[in-house]
Amino acid sequence: MDSDLIIQILFAAIKTGTPLLFIALGELICEKSGVLNLGQEGMMLMGAVVGFLAAYSTGNAGLGVIAAIIMGSIMSLIFAFLVLHVGANQVATGLALTIFGTGLSAFVGSSVVGQTIEGFKPIALPLLSDIPFIGRILFQHDILVYSSFMMAFILMFVVNKTRIGLTLKAVGENPHAANAIGIKVLRVRYLAVMFGGVMAGLSGAYMSLVYTPMWVENMTAGRGWIALALVVFASWRVGRIMLGAYLFGLASIMHLVLQGLGWSISPNLLAMLPYVATVVVMVIISADKFKEKLLAPRSLGKPFDPRQMA
Amino acid sequence: MIRIQARTEPSALMKFVSPLLAIVLTLIFGGILFSAIGKSPVQALQVLLIAPLADSYNIGEMFVKMGPLLLCAVGLSLCYRANMWNIGAEGQLLAGALGGSAMALYFVESESIFALPITLLAGVVSGMVWAAIPTFLKLRFNSNLILTTIMFNYIALYLLIWAVHGPLRDPQGYGFPESAMFSDATLLPTIFESSRTHIGILFALLAGVVGWFILTKTHLGFQIRVFGADEPAARYAGFHGKKLSWFVMLFAGALAGLAGIGETAGPIGQLVPNVSPGYGYSAIIVAYLGRLHPIGAIIAAAFMAVLYMGGDLAQIEMGIPVAVVSMFQGVLLFFLLACDFFINNRLSFTNQATN
Repeated sequence: MDSDLIIQILFAAIKTGTPLLFIALGELICEKSGVLNLGQEGMMLMGAVVGFLAAYSTGNAGLGVIAAIIMGSIMSLIFAFLVLHVGANQVATGLALTIFGTGLSAFVGSSVVGQTIEGFKPIALPLLSDIPFIGRILFQHDILVYSSFMMAFILMFVVNKTRIGLTLKAVGENPHAANAIGIKVLRVRYLAVMFGGVMAGLSGAYMSLVYTPMWVENMTAGRGWIALALVVFASWRVGRIMLGAYLFGLASIMHLVLQGLGWSISPNLLAMLPYVATVVVMVIISADKFKEKLLAPRSLGKPFDPRQMA
Repeated sequence: MIRIQARTEPSALMKFVSPLLAIVLTLIFGGILFSAIGKSPVQALQVLLIAPLADSYNIGEMFVKMGPLLLCAVGLSLCYRANMWNIGAEGQLLAGALGGSAMALYFVESESIFALPITLLAGVVSGMVWAAIPTFLKLRFNSNLILTTIMFNYIALYLLIWAVHGPLRDPQGYGFPESAMFSDATLLPTIFESSRTHIGILFALLAGVVGWFILTKTHLGFQIRVFGADEPAARYAGFHGKKLSWFVMLFAGALAGLAGIGETAGPIGQLVPNVSPGYGYSAIIVAYLGRLHPIGAIIAAAFMAVLYMGGDLAQIEMGIPVAVVSMFQGVLLFFLLACDFFINNRLSFTNQATN
């Protein structure tokens, strides 16, 4: 393989990994607070369709992004209310959110299927994009990819180095102790779930405004679920999420790579690759039961009722 | 003043009222939604819920949709009771359709009376295999069952699409991604004249009764219920969690596989890429709506089948996108989860005027 092809492949892996990065970062923060939201796929689809509709009707992709973010957070609020206030089962509520979002997005998007819009254009960053090799892989993307880079670095700092990160982790590890020292557990969880919604919306917007750019039913094709596996893969660490997202991006474009090498394998079989990779990764990571218990937020998936004592 | 108070004991009455309340709230939501998009809510709800039951052809079609929903939901009910979060009914259904169809096409020239039973068996076994892999990965490698079963749904889908584009494609099919039509010997017999209703619905009802029997009348069912309610207690009592997990997963996989081959050997008559309009996912809601009880699942599956049928009719008669059905399903589950709050809590009306 010549270096041009390698650059193109890595460039495409970043592009394909970006929606995964957005949504997995959101879910990471949500899980850090102790809440497991299986509704990622539904929130992402709603973000994609609403973002597309807004951009299509106004002709402004930026407005599309804002609309998608708002939609994602509304979706996450439905989930947060049911899980945090009503005390509904997190697994069932998350599934409901995904089923609801899948249906609602197909419903509201049925009029614009197949329409196209002008999405975001790539911007080559001055100086940085001139760096040989790396410049062409990392710094000739569109604005959303750059914001995903920034978002990952900001979160790395916030989670690991600030008081906010500490509060978040305290709530996720031991909500009763956090409550005892005066942290408003439910408020923190609400904010964390909402952040997940915002990122899912953003991720959806990336799919419908940049990646394709159009709206097709179910266009996220399980990325919301893969993101959940990514969080486990990353052992709940921000930096590893970034690595994982791009590895999965690479797995998703493997068919292009193999075509480039002149192999001929059915594209339908290659389309399975990201899902098979997810299973394999899950098995490898989780096989060590003790390690996973150590890494996962201790109260993950468990409801917190401030009226009860631990 | 209205206050929320925790009940000392879960309300048995509310357990049954909650699904009905959720359905009513969903219909109200639907009515508001239809008005909002400029359709008559009365007409829309009439088409969605009444029209599917208005004539014998529609009722027959309703049974065609009820079969796979019920088969999947009975299996899922047992899984969820045993705390096995199997989201993979869709993939197990597709695997059953694929494996069973491969067998059926092998018998395409045959008139043997064994062709149909062997075809069905192949579907059942394929569904079980598809359930067995995630179960093994969970029990042996501790991997998250929710995520692996979902991934297996996608893998089954692409495997099926690959098969109808490749090895199972009808050579005389003008290149369409479809298998050859099944021979009569491998098709499920229909029950009524002039209707596509086939004996699959009887299998499904039987599955409901068998599921009910296992759950309420056998020691195995007792263990499943104890395991779901209080895992530490079940372990203390010496129940084997792994055995129970294997049982519920294989049971669910077998039923979903049967649902899959029941579609291709039933109303469709060949293997096509879109075998299932998401039956495996809807069955999750059917299972919850039926209170994770096989008999409850029969009633809930009938309701869901009406909704599916109504969605088709609403598309044809009123131009309402068929996706409205899956949206309603999500809303229904939201309302159900919210109403379930009142199983363990109640509103108390206290008179504080004296203060």
